[in-house]
Amino acid sequence: MAKIKYIEHEGKQHEIDVANGLSVMEGAVQNDIPGIDADCGGGMACATCHVYVKDDWFNKLPKKTEGEDDMLDQAFEPNSNSRLSCQITVSDELNGLVVHLPEKQV
Amino acid sequence: MIDTDVLIVGAGPTGLFCAHQLGIIGLKCEIVDNLDKLGGQCIELYPDKPIYDIPAIPECTGEELTKNLIEQIKPFNFKSHLNDRVQDIKNENNNWIVKTLKGKEFLTPNIVIAGGVGSFEPRKFPLKNCEKFEGKTILYSIKDKNIFKDRKVVIFGGGDSALDWAIELSKNSKVTLVHRRDEFRGAPSSVEKIKELENDKKIEVLTKYSIKDVSGNENLETVEIKNEEGESKIIDTDYVLGFFGLIMQLGPILDWGLNIDKKTIPVNTENFETNKKGIFAIGDICTYPGKLKLILSGFHEGALAARGCFKYARPNEKYRFEFTTTSKTVKDRIGVKE
Repeated sequence: MAKIKYIEHEGKQHEIDVANGLSVMEGAVQNDIPGIDADCGGGMACATCHVYVKDDWFNKLPKKTEGEDDMLDQAFEPNSNSRLSCQITVSDELNGLVVHLPEKQV
Repeated sequence: MIDTDVLIVGAGPTGLFCAHQLGIIGLKCEIVDNLDKLGGQCIELYPDKPIYDIPAIPECTGEELTKNLIEQIKPFNFKSHLNDRVQDIKNENNNWIVKTLKGKEFLTPNIVIAGGVGSFEPRKFPLKNCEKFEGKTILYSIKDKNIFKDRKVVIFGGGDSALDWAIELSKNSKVTLVHRRDEFRGAPSSVEKIKELENDKKIEVLTKYSIKDVSGNENLETVEIKNEEGESKIIDTDYVLGFFGLIMQLGPILDWGLNIDKKTIPVNTENFETNKKGIFAIGDICTYPGKLKLILSGFHEGALAARGCFKYARPNEKYRFEFTTTSKTVKDRIGVKE
């Protein structure tokens, strides 16, 4: 289990306990956090679960897999701190992770 | 005006199988889809990805599934209207009049929405200033490449569309290719070709930049780009092209007066009718307690919605349940010779 903080674009924060094995995207969707659409349901086939992760955490996360950057090209305002939240699997090590949600997903 | 028993909105697997079920029970249907081909997400998002949970098919790709579904509905002579999108609906004497973006009109007692997560539209630049140039000098697809001859063109994107057009247009135009990172996801041969053109000074490539602003009065004059360090550059240009793939949007369906719950449409599970009489919703776009977003669920929903449509399309007939294995009528419809 990890406590994950989702910060909406306008600054509203949601701190949620997410079970190990779920993705950061699923943690958001199951708890009705606005700002993560996940249109394709976690298949890395769209870019609507895009989040920004600041450097300190970004470097601790497991690296992006092949194809994730290709999908991120199609996200709204991606930058070098962008990740697809469906590709981040929750584990105890992620306790305290903070993700920032973009202004919009499409 | 096209008169039909059922209008299906969306040609993904769910819409296609619903057409099959309608054919089996003897109803006519027409299908509208915004893509240029049948298959929906299966063909657009994951044509090569294997699917493992279609009953009785251990493994197939999105493309194979689509191909087989099309084969399965061939006997029914359904008509498809591709590259078009439903727009407005109006109710008249228990019939729906449906207008499409391209101006087609349908008269039908039944609409089946099998729209997935919406219709595919090109992703646009996220800038208000772009709007007045869009469709004229800021474009997301190319109909006539000759308009770019001897002009300056800035192309954004890193996939095949961006690379292919950069290569093609570099023959007769001054092309600048802008991409948000160093790597391109297009085919390796295209990436090679771009490097060659760059070395030969036939094309300018700017990576780690994204669009910041555009300006111009009547015509587009410049585009400003920025990198993550906050540095920006201004490029003189006649055209700006953006190739960022497709996004899915519910679009005009949102204005039809249907109940909407988190981008999905609540239905009853008896016949998948929505809060509007004669409008049904099936597949990923519908919701009900226990809903699973699986293709197999969409098939089931389509079968039941088809029976729901029968009631309005043939108000004076009684629906009779028949098996394809035994019914002569059904076999005739499929065209099976005994």
